[in-house]
Amino acid sequence: MTDSIATSAATVPSQESKHRSANTSGWLLASPLALVLAVFLVAPIVMIIAVSFWGATEWTIYPAFQFDNYEFLLSSDVTYRVFVNTLKYAAITWVFTLLIGFTVAYFLAFHVRSLTWQIALFLLCTIPFWTSNIIRMISWIPFLGRNGLANSALLSWGVIDEPLEWLLFSDFSVILAFVHLYTLFMVVPIFNTMMRIDKSLIEAAADAGASGWQTLWHVIVPLTKPGIMIGTIFVIALVMGDFITVRFMSGSQSANVGRMIQNDISLLQYPSAAATAVVLLCTVLLMIGILLRFVDIRKEL
Amino acid sequence: MTTISKVRYSRRSVLKSGAAAVAASALPAPMVWGQETKDITLRQFGTGVSNLNEVAAKVKEDLGFTLEMTALDSDSVTQRAATQPDSFDIADIEYWICKKVWPTGNLQAMDTSKIANYDKIVGIFRNGKLTPESVIAQGTAPHSVGFTTGVDGTSFVDEESGWMTLIPTIYNADTLGIRPDLIGRPISNWSELLNPEFKGKASILDISSIGIMDMAMVVESMGEYTYPDKGNMTKEEIDMTLGIFTEAKQNGQFRAFWKTFDESVNLMASGEVVIQSMWSPAITAVRSQGIPCVYQPLEEGYRSWGGGIGLSASLSGMELDAAYDYINWYLSGWVGGFLMRQGYYSAVPETSKNFMSEDEWGFWFEGKPAVGDITNPFGQVMEKAGAVRDGGSFYDRMGAVACWNAVMDENQYMVRKWNEFVAA
Repeated sequence: MTDSIATSAATVPSQESKHRSANTSGWLLASPLALVLAVFLVAPIVMIIAVSFWGATEWTIYPAFQFDNYEFLLSSDVTYRVFVNTLKYAAITWVFTLLIGFTVAYFLAFHVRSLTWQIALFLLCTIPFWTSNIIRMISWIPFLGRNGLANSALLSWGVIDEPLEWLLFSDFSVILAFVHLYTLFMVVPIFNTMMRIDKSLIEAAADAGASGWQTLWHVIVPLTKPGIMIGTIFVIALVMGDFITVRFMSGSQSANVGRMIQNDISLLQYPSAAATAVVLLCTVLLMIGILLRFVDIRKEL
Repeated sequence: MTTISKVRYSRRSVLKSGAAAVAASALPAPMVWGQETKDITLRQFGTGVSNLNEVAAKVKEDLGFTLEMTALDSDSVTQRAATQPDSFDIADIEYWICKKVWPTGNLQAMDTSKIANYDKIVGIFRNGKLTPESVIAQGTAPHSVGFTTGVDGTSFVDEESGWMTLIPTIYNADTLGIRPDLIGRPISNWSELLNPEFKGKASILDISSIGIMDMAMVVESMGEYTYPDKGNMTKEEIDMTLGIFTEAKQNGQFRAFWKTFDESVNLMASGEVVIQSMWSPAITAVRSQGIPCVYQPLEEGYRSWGGGIGLSASLSGMELDAAYDYINWYLSGWVGGFLMRQGYYSAVPETSKNFMSEDEWGFWFEGKPAVGDITNPFGQVMEKAGAVRDGGSFYDRMGAVACWNAVMDENQYMVRKWNEFVAA
């Protein structure tokens, strides 16, 4: 930009003012967004980072620049266990949401022929979102409980002799709730990219003698990558940052990073919570950075 | 003399001030009755237990001034009392919180000579003894942080100095809740919480300061260790206590942990859990669903807690007088009856008696079988005729307190270890 201004200014001096005003209006156009991001994104993060170096007593926090919070965090094996657990939840949830999300999107995009039905079925997918996240999650509890619907149904069918304990308050129930809550975040972007795949490419693949699976694997999946990647970022960011699902569905028995932060906050240990949040943020950014290595979303979109 | 419109305008206020004058002359205590009283607003904050809107409404009716209530969780209460002295006039806090907050100088001591019913306050809050023969329990016993040297005193004194830090308002004795129908045998010790018989069917509360005390009761009951003071553990004792529970957790002893009242009710009512730490009103909530649930008295005794109201250091003049009126009113019986009919205890039981029916008094305080149905202040039936309160009378229950909720010197260490326990 500056280069072009410099060269144009040298060659055609009369155009200088025109360029300058274009430049100014560019800045002006970008400033509302920049301002919003600065106030609501950059400033809070800067504040969190600053507080993460502060000190805390039992009921106050005081400004300082010390590494105590990080030292404690990084030297405790609980931190590593909790981070591994969080990553485990994210990975397993990702696999399931991807499989289900891809299948649903594929069905909607390629099997449902009429646009009306596609829209109708797509809206059907969003109906659960009319109720709150928490309600959808908590409604699993009576269903999966020891005397819940699932167990009494299985008992009456004679499939099991005694109630399955692992249905509720276990990693199973946590991941089930995650998959239930977040699959739509996978369906939407994948469906979106699939709808934009040129149908003639699939016909071409069929004409060239590709089987259904070959078409799927060599044509559709590569072309759907940007959607998969966006869905992946959604799901991973949501699962990594969650605390309430893990608390309710594990009966407070499992921990993830979000719960660690929540515990610190409730005990007024804001600096330690901030330090944990910074480490979590770095982890998630790193993961997204790696993901973006595989697909250049900007180019693909 | 007056125009019609003016008569219409003032009729209500004449009636009102007339009623106030009658009330003022009928009450012997030095009251600050007058038009100004109506403009006074006292801001009270505290935990949800006693921060009830019914109390604020009754204050308006009886005393004329406005009481603003804010309910917070106990961590926020502690923080606010310690750091924002100008944000409240009256702090409704627990005694262990007082131990943390009093040294900050944000509360002022109260002159007991201005408290009409001071002599009738139960002994627990005065010399620590319920009856002359009682042994003082471990932990932060209310009387140990209940008195200070003078109006500006910053340290606690053991004897009744005439200057109180908190005026006691509400207290109770907590124990384990059980489902007798699912257990089918008598339970009489805290150690049953870790009995492998209840593997996957036990629960404990995930609030570190209270949970650690329940754990200590269990560890002692198991015969693993006898604490010199459960309310003030050393680092080694904390490690040992949480070690035992971590092992139990990894063996699948616990079905879940709970953090809120509702969670504890749901765990018990759904049968997910058959034995767990619980609070008295939660037991009632389970029972009101028609599900048998017992607040089981145990041989080792109860873990008890107590709350009181303290005055902000910045309170003075008419507001301070109003606050004393409020305290005197609080101890004069109506609130006590209101709380006792929910299963808590009042600091001055004998005044509360006047606000309870004979049957209610017999059931809640004396441990007698209910003659008719027992309802709570909101009209819900809590117990059917013939029922007896779990644990019996006031003296049976409060006389068997083994420890009080406490704040330890090693609190921060304990909290970190607690987080490890949850993550284990």
